[in-house]
Amino acid sequence: MRFGVVVFPGSNCDHDMYHALKTFAGNEVQFIWHQDTFLDGFDGVVLPGGFSYGDYLRAGAIARFSPILQEVLKFAKKGKIVLGICNGFQVLTESGLLPGALMRNQNLRFICKHVYIRTENNQTVFTKGLDKGQILRIPIAHGEGKYYIDDQNLKNLEEHNQIVFRYCSPDGQLKDEYNPNGSKSFIAGVINKEGNVLGMMPHPERAIELLLGSEDGRYLLESMIG
Amino acid sequence: MKVSIQVRLKNGILDPQGKTVNNALHHLGFKNIQNVRVGKLIEFNIQETDKKKASAIIEDACKKLLSNPVIEDFAYELGED
Repeated sequence: MRFGVVVFPGSNCDHDMYHALKTFAGNEVQFIWHQDTFLDGFDGVVLPGGFSYGDYLRAGAIARFSPILQEVLKFAKKGKIVLGICNGFQVLTESGLLPGALMRNQNLRFICKHVYIRTENNQTVFTKGLDKGQILRIPIAHGEGKYYIDDQNLKNLEEHNQIVFRYCSPDGQLKDEYNPNGSKSFIAGVINKEGNVLGMMPHPERAIELLLGSEDGRYLLESMIG
Repeated sequence: MKVSIQVRLKNGILDPQGKTVNNALHHLGFKNIQNVRVGKLIEFNIQETDKKKASAIIEDACKKLLSNPVIEDFAYELGED
C-alpha cells in the first residue's frame, strides 16, 4: 500500500510514523508537506503527532485550515483511509471528520507514559487483525488528550460502535485510575460512521520494537496494512 | 472598528484550569472567591464601518476558527478604533 505522512510545521512524530510504516514490507511511504494539495495515488494518509502550528489557539485548530487538510477532507469523503495519531486526532476532531473534542488533561499536566488500551471494535479496516477485547500497551504523550463529547453524541458513538479503543487496567478493567487524562467514557480512539477515519491519542508508531518497550503498536499498524 | 471576543467553555463542561486557579486563590486567603473559570480574550481591528456586516464576519470567524462549538461559547463587543 502507498501511504502519505503529512508534515505540518511542528509535527514531531512524522519520522517515527514513516519508519514504522516503512518497516512493514511492501509499503511505500512518502512525506506530504502541509502546503501540498495533491493526494492522488495514495491508499492512506496519516496525520502524525506533534504540535502543529505550535498548538496555537487550540491544538489542531490551525492545521485544520492548511491546504493539505482540504485535500484530506475530500480524500476521506472518497472512503480512503485516514489515521490521526495524537495531534492528528486533534486535527480530525477540529475538522469535523470525527465527533467530539480533545481538551486539557484533567490534571493539567503533560502526560508521557505507557498506558493500556482495550480494543472495543475489531470490525474496522484498522483493527481487523486484533481480537475484540485485546489489550495493547502503547505510550501516550500529550497535554490535551481528554476526550469530550456530550451525552447524546456519546450514545450515538456507542450505537454505531464507533469507540475503537478505551483506556483500561493491565487486565482490561475500566477503572478511573487507569484513565490517564480524564477522557469521557475512557475513550482513547474513535472512528467515523463510515469506518475509514480513525483518531487515537496513543502512539502505535512508538511501540513497534521491543527495544522501545513495547511492540503492541505493531499489531495495530500491521492490521491496518494487511 | 475594534473587536473584543470572549471565548469560554460551555456551561457544564468541567474546567480543571479554573478549579486549580480557584484553589490557588483560596490558598492565598481569597476565601470568598468561588466558581473560577478561565477563558480567552481575543482582540482585533476590523475594516468595516457597518456594525451588522462586522457582526456577521465576526460570528463567521468565531464559528470557523476562534472557538470550537463542541466545547466553547463566544461573545463579542464592538467598539470605536
